[in-house]
Amino acid sequence: MRTRLSLSADARDGLRDITPVMIAAAPIGGLFGAIAASKGLSVAEVALMSTLVFAGGAQFAAIELWGYPVPVAAILFSTLLVNARHVLMGASLAPKTRGFSSAQRYLGFFFLTDEAWALAERRALARTVTPAYWLACAAVLPASWIGSSIAGAALGAFLGDPKRFGADFAFTALFIGLVAGFNKGRITAATVAASGATAALAHVTLGPPWHVLAGAFAGVLAAYAAARPEST
Amino acid sequence: MRIDPATLWTILGMAAATYLTRIAGLLLADRLVLSGRGKAAFEAIPPAVLIAVIAPTALATGWPETVAAAITMVAALRLPLLATIAVGVAAVVALRAMA
Repeated sequence: MRTRLSLSADARDGLRDITPVMIAAAPIGGLFGAIAASKGLSVAEVALMSTLVFAGGAQFAAIELWGYPVPVAAILFSTLLVNARHVLMGASLAPKTRGFSSAQRYLGFFFLTDEAWALAERRALARTVTPAYWLACAAVLPASWIGSSIAGAALGAFLGDPKRFGADFAFTALFIGLVAGFNKGRITAATVAASGATAALAHVTLGPPWHVLAGAFAGVLAAYAAARPEST
Repeated sequence: MRIDPATLWTILGMAAATYLTRIAGLLLADRLVLSGRGKAAFEAIPPAVLIAVIAPTALATGWPETVAAAITMVAALRLPLLATIAVGVAAVVALRAMA
């Protein structure tokens, strides 16, 4: 029976697409909460960070740097660097969200994450990304992230080492799965090889968070080199 | 409900910095008109970023993670997302047990 509360087809698609991501994000959020608590953050502080920052990579980097007194400048710099990829992602998604109002865009992009963005980009290959799709997809994900990081902070000590369950690898597997959705053959293979090798090297030599910028830059350059030059 | 003032300000700063990166692309995008190689480079941003984020875990942690990443990649080309994650996690648990 259809009621006024029934969701639009786009919203249902968004919820369907984000479900595996929410499941994969839960152990990562739990891991984050547990590590943050071990660094001295309270459950309330963990909840506040996961709600307002809502960026896993930047939060893990910040907790890695965390200490007392809080190294504010280093943490803010690291946050900017790790999240610099959002600028490229937003620029890539912006033309696909022309149907959004300004408010929908500036509120909606608060929820920009690697995962929701990758799903929206994949959808844009075949159809229009509507505000209903984006909000169902992007703005529901915090429920999993915030909830699991609170649970992790509260229970961390009792769960033991998350590596035992391979939970730390869920994030890696998720990203590999998302990349497969962009596979365009030769150019994508060149991008993946260049980005992976450069990021791993930069991680070993320069350390985090530089590997993200170095790898992304190398991958984009490789795509440029692998693509055929314009015949004008 | 303990919230330390220095922690609060750091979190607020992180939130502001992150939101800035999230909306900056909206302000820049309309100035980008691309074709050919430029377009290929722009379209490569998604996989390039995602791979860069996971490369340290996949390639610079240990052989179980690297082999599990390769298995996950093969699975990703054939299976839906949730099944891919399940294969990856199962592979890393099994390989770590062997290591």
